[in-house]
Amino acid sequence: MNTLLSFTPENRPIAIAAAFTLMIILIGTAYTLTTQGTAPMLTPSYLLQQLQIGSFLGLCAAGMMMVILLGHIDLSLPWTLTAAAMMATSVGGPWAIPAGLSVGLIVGLINGFGVSYLRIPSMIFTLGVDSVLRGLMIAHTGGFAPQTEASPLMRYLAADRIMGLPVAVFVWAAVSILITVVLTRTGFGKSIYATGAKESAAYLSGIRTRWVITGAFIASSMCAASAGILLAGYSAKAYQGMGAPFLLPAIAAVVLGGTHILGGRGRYLGTLVGVILIVFLNSVLSIMQMPEAFRQIIYGIVIVGMLLVYGRENKTRL
Amino acid sequence: MTRMTSWVGRNRGFTGAFLLFAALFVGYQMMHPRGFSTAVFIQNANESVVIGFLAMAQTVPVLMRGLDLSVGAVMTLTNTIASHVVTGSPIQQIVGMTITLAAGTGFGLMNGLIVVYGRIQPIIATLATGAVAGGLALLIRPSPGGEISSDLNWALTNAVFDFTETLGFAQDGTAAWLQPIANIPMPLIIMAVFGICVWVPFKRTVTGRTIYAVGSAEGAAYMSGLPVARAKIAAFTLAGYFAACAGLYLAIQTSSGNADINQAGAYTLNSIAAVVLGGTSLLGGVGGAIASLIGAGILRVISFYFRILSIDPLMQSLIEGLVLLAAVSIGALRTLRVKNTLELFR
Repeated sequence: MNTLLSFTPENRPIAIAAAFTLMIILIGTAYTLTTQGTAPMLTPSYLLQQLQIGSFLGLCAAGMMMVILLGHIDLSLPWTLTAAAMMATSVGGPWAIPAGLSVGLIVGLINGFGVSYLRIPSMIFTLGVDSVLRGLMIAHTGGFAPQTEASPLMRYLAADRIMGLPVAVFVWAAVSILITVVLTRTGFGKSIYATGAKESAAYLSGIRTRWVITGAFIASSMCAASAGILLAGYSAKAYQGMGAPFLLPAIAAVVLGGTHILGGRGRYLGTLVGVILIVFLNSVLSIMQMPEAFRQIIYGIVIVGMLLVYGRENKTRL
Repeated sequence: MTRMTSWVGRNRGFTGAFLLFAALFVGYQMMHPRGFSTAVFIQNANESVVIGFLAMAQTVPVLMRGLDLSVGAVMTLTNTIASHVVTGSPIQQIVGMTITLAAGTGFGLMNGLIVVYGRIQPIIATLATGAVAGGLALLIRPSPGGEISSDLNWALTNAVFDFTETLGFAQDGTAAWLQPIANIPMPLIIMAVFGICVWVPFKRTVTGRTIYAVGSAEGAAYMSGLPVARAKIAAFTLAGYFAACAGLYLAIQTSSGNADINQAGAYTLNSIAAVVLGGTSLLGGVGGAIASLIGAGILRVISFYFRILSIDPLMQSLIEGLVLLAAVSIGALRTLRVKNTLELFR
């Protein structure tokens, strides 16, 4: 009992976010019980469907977390995702997925080079890369929705089910396990935390911080690319602006999960909980048929409110 | 002369940005068939006001090492407010403008209070309040519209002559004393009065200086007894005010209000780009709002070129992105000069 209540500072946000997620589900259930007399939110099929939708955001947030742990940010996510999806669908066939992933690899290399070697603030460099990618894709598609279709394998990964469980959830789980292992069990993971906490100290300790930063940006872009490939598989095609709705929720999920926006602190489990929180918040709001205006307001208030509970900085300034 | 040289040395980013802007702008005017004419100046000025104000808005939090991701949304919010209240008799219109500016300033104040007393990182706090502002804007104006008088639109989006003529003073704009300034575009006057004339005096106050000090070294500023909390609140409040100026002008320019959330996001990102292009460091402490105006000017002139160069519209966003990347990479040249690698990690 004692262990349950005395959380370490790292785990407190995760516990509170998880409790809040449960509260959202309960509120949604209470709402449907009073209005329709049923509780669709508690049925397995509904929960699984939410997880399937959440897997796209989950992949984006997983990658975003790697760069946020360094105190950087990856604003090129929207068009990395879209470019990977468009390349995958236009190559098609067995090479669709490698094509999409290589887009992620290249974008990650460029981002990493700009941030770690040229020392341009990631906020502005990734923003520039995002608009270059958008320009490339507009030139590639001629500004129209691409006519190409997702390959069968992409559709299988995104929309099919194994033993009743969506395959996309397995992909998300595999990436999650991979990232957890990398962050907690490998030298690269430890280097990410060290570099994020204090880059000069990490450098003086012999960590090749430039490689670490480049590696994290590659991970971020690869995650965004896989989300794009899955999303293209889910909707059977790629389309303009498919990545835009993921950027801010991905950042919000990482931060709500207790990762510090200036880097150095955070657990992957928190990001996972943050994603689930946002997915359920969205779905409860759509069950309540909340107009877009109120959704935005509630969304903002939830982020500020949650952070007021556990995301506050220390008062000392030195 | 030595003072001049040392000023240039201390403001290398600003000087570079200014030279780039001047070269681009003069080049554009020379290539334009009706270059250096009042009509072209007015058009250019009109298209630069909104991003100019937003760049100024973004500068103030950036100077103290924060970031305000809500400036675009506050602009949208005040834009929708203005489309309701800036109407009726001239007095009512002025009251409406005051209400609009007060609303934006109040929203900025709220941002500041959340950052200072809520102790939440600015980037994430303003991300959230930006969503709130966007939602409020959608509530206020679910579909685009508004009835801002066309007289007001005409008076404020043309030359000083048209302004005085519409308002009917200075002998309908023909007074002799007015002639030297009759052809200056009104948007520039608005930028100067509501932007520069607010920023420059503010920068010289203790609060203004503290913003720079916080950006350079917050701990040192605090230990020196500077009003750190007040400066932070003031920075976000001022950002809200400038964003409201942008929203108000957008409303007058388009004679309507439109709660376009995507547009708000694009403007926020462009405001950051303008700040960086102007030579203000995202690490805080270096730069200024005037420099960001130049940065915003560079962004705008680049898009002006697309019109006269008849570049394939499909290539425009690619070129914009490449130019932005190239411009910020110029700043990266300093990494080649650094002898001690540790100096890179600030």
